[in-house]
Amino acid sequence: MRLPDVLRHSWVLAAKDLRVEFRSRTAILSAVVFVILAFVVFNFGRDPTAVPNVALAPSILWVTFTLAAILALNRAFHLELENHALDGLLLAPIDRSSIYLGKLIANLVFVATFELIGVPLLMLFFNVRLLPYLAPLVLLIALATIGFVAVGTLFSAMTVRTRFAELLLPVLLLPFMILPLSWGVQATVRLLAGRPLSEIAGWLNMLAVYDIVFVALALLLFPATVSE
Amino acid sequence: MVNPGQTLAVFGPNGSGKTTLLKVLAGLIQPQRGRAYVEGGRRAIGWIGHQPQLYGQLTVNENLRFWGLLYDAQPGPDLLARLGLEEHANRQVRTLSRGLVQRVAIARALVHDPRVLLLDEPFTGLDRIAAEALSRLLGQHAAAGRATVLVTHNVEEGTELATDVAFMRNGRFVHCAPRSGRGAQQVGEEYRHAIA
Repeated sequence: MRLPDVLRHSWVLAAKDLRVEFRSRTAILSAVVFVILAFVVFNFGRDPTAVPNVALAPSILWVTFTLAAILALNRAFHLELENHALDGLLLAPIDRSSIYLGKLIANLVFVATFELIGVPLLMLFFNVRLLPYLAPLVLLIALATIGFVAVGTLFSAMTVRTRFAELLLPVLLLPFMILPLSWGVQATVRLLAGRPLSEIAGWLNMLAVYDIVFVALALLLFPATVSE
Repeated sequence: MVNPGQTLAVFGPNGSGKTTLLKVLAGLIQPQRGRAYVEGGRRAIGWIGHQPQLYGQLTVNENLRFWGLLYDAQPGPDLLARLGLEEHANRQVRTLSRGLVQRVAIARALVHDPRVLLLDEPFTGLDRIAAEALSRLLGQHAAAGRATVLVTHNVEEGTELATDVAFMRNGRFVHCAPRSGRGAQQVGEEYRHAIA
């Protein structure tokens, strides 16, 4: 199938997911509530005289985003099981990678939504200056997010038909998140400490390579994960 | 082989492999032996099964538009009218009764005007009006020179629509022949004898 057709079908699928989520607000609402709750709890639990905010904030930011993303990813393919819509998608004359790409786009929009809410909240709760580093921070968050959402979307498709999908997804996904998370945290620590951008360039490159490798692998493996 | 204009009704008890046969024809399952070929591929197939394959949060129109886009087709202007769904077009599918949902599922299967219809127990859950509408649609489909494969365990509901009948037992055909004017009662007796 031609690339423009694959992209067009992917967008049709993503738009459908976003419309359904806009109507039900189940995944996004629970993730946003989780982000706010996590920041509130961490805010009250910290001792600013023991550990400076700049050192603490990056870890809290990434742990919160990761767990909130798992909440959202868990639901990604559940929608397709209701009324067996997944069978309809598999029967449609579309490339199966369009289904993966559509889900990936929709999941990225969900995760980006609560990340957009989370970053200002982090500034508010932890009193850290992010504005001077906003552009590289956005690039860093985007690269790390694409990586773990790409893997998470694939695992969500793999686990959705299992009995313990909600347990299996984090068990499978978390080991694959270690690399992008550790690179993200280390780069964020240096950004917030006001270190030169050249110091984080290596991590950004690694994250970009991780994204390319795992998006390509997921596109390759996805058709096999949804076949009966 | 099912030719254009033919309607093959496949009867078999639960677990005889009827749904698996349809999935093989649709390309959802690879057969362990042999091959199945549908002229025109997946684009030519319309599927009506136990499950409506619809999104409850979307309206009837949104569902049909979504599935139409995947088939590069627009829902025909009279599709909803033929199934008595016009007044429900802007209602979310989750708010509809089971009978109405099944009618929307039929509309979904016909949205791209398929050349081959695969029907898995299509009358299950339909009220009388919807069952009559479906029978009428299947008649029109066959009259337009399209092929239909219908699987069911209910001989009475499938026979009248069929030009050919087949019986399945344990994943194999034990009978496959033109209906040749046989009525539901005669086919039913032959079916009970064949699967006994």
